[in-house]
Amino acid sequence: MHRTAVKKVVLENVLDANDALAQANREKFDQSGTYVINMMSSPGAGKTALLERALERLRGKLRLGVLEGDVQTTLDADRLARFHIPLVQVNTDPGFGGECHLDANMVRSGLAELPLEDIDILVIENVGNLVCPAEFRVGENVRVMVYSITEGEEKPLKYPLMFRSADLVLVNKIDLLEYLDFDLEQFLGYLKAVNPAAPHILTSARTGEGVEEFCSWLERRTAYPPASG
Amino acid sequence: MHELSIAESIVRVACNHADERRVTRVHVKLGHLRQVVPSALAFSFGLVAEGTGVEGAELEMEEVPAAGICRRCGEESQLEGFPLVCRTCGGFDLEIIRGEELLVEFLELEEA
Ligand SMILES: [Zn+2]
Repeated sequence: MHRTAVKKVVLENVLDANDALAQANREKFDQSGTYVINMMSSPGAGKTALLERALERLRGKLRLGVLEGDVQTTLDADRLARFHIPLVQVNTDPGFGGECHLDANMVRSGLAELPLEDIDILVIENVGNLVCPAEFRVGENVRVMVYSITEGEEKPLKYPLMFRSADLVLVNKIDLLEYLDFDLEQFLGYLKAVNPAAPHILTSARTGEGVEEFCSWLERRTAYPPASG
Repeated sequence: MHELSIAESIVRVACNHADERRVTRVHVKLGHLRQVVPSALAFSFGLVAEGTGVEGAELEMEEVPAAGICRRCGEESQLEGFPLVCRTCGGFDLEIIRGEELLVEFLELEEA
């Protein structure tokens, strides 16, 4: 039997399905008036510790929630218990050595367990990875990237995908600046080169530097109707 | 692994468009800025396609080099690596016009 092949034009973006789910998540967040931060970083950049510092400061002013997607740096129960905030953990480890990012569907699966109506700011802690999370929108209002100065100056040029997608860059572990061979001006130049629009804040979870400024930035963002995009 | 999720999405798109026929080829466009490793994607595709209507299909990958238009001088540049920089004036503020593709362009289906 002779079979011939036929060509069928598709022209569909591979990430369309994810983007549609992200949009659905976003509509849910908008309905409940929840402002959503997608927090991204490389592994070990210290975003969990920084997040804890921010939670300490924002507690009582804003109602917070956390969707935890980073199996490596999970805020453990003891560390989090003192905050008394809604927290849900999303499994990103379904095999193949672990998932490298959260996608919109994983976030959707976690939302059922969160009282969104009672949350002003939901922080989604993404998996520590400098490539993949940038590709997958999850319905967030903003992307905050945590970068540690221990990673060197050149990462913005090597991983522009993520640096370009960030709305704010927290330059973390800045207390180590005097001990490291890290050229801050050069780094900031590279950052500006790939993402001229993104502001940055110098932070340290250890000393608390910049945490206040980060929180003010968040409070300003939530004081207005959420920006689109 | 980034490529695994992308492979899953490609297989899903292909299955949705297969009209219940066997898929023999899936042609995708991969922009260089997506930082997809073709060999890893091909491998992942093979794994994910198993047991679906796309099993055994060839994944044909067309890589698209990056290009941008400089917001400072208005010239177009091919972007062959990082940093993304205007070849005319050295500016870094570029509007990307190619290289961000991640697209299933067409399928080849077996005639029913
Ligand atoms: Zn130029």
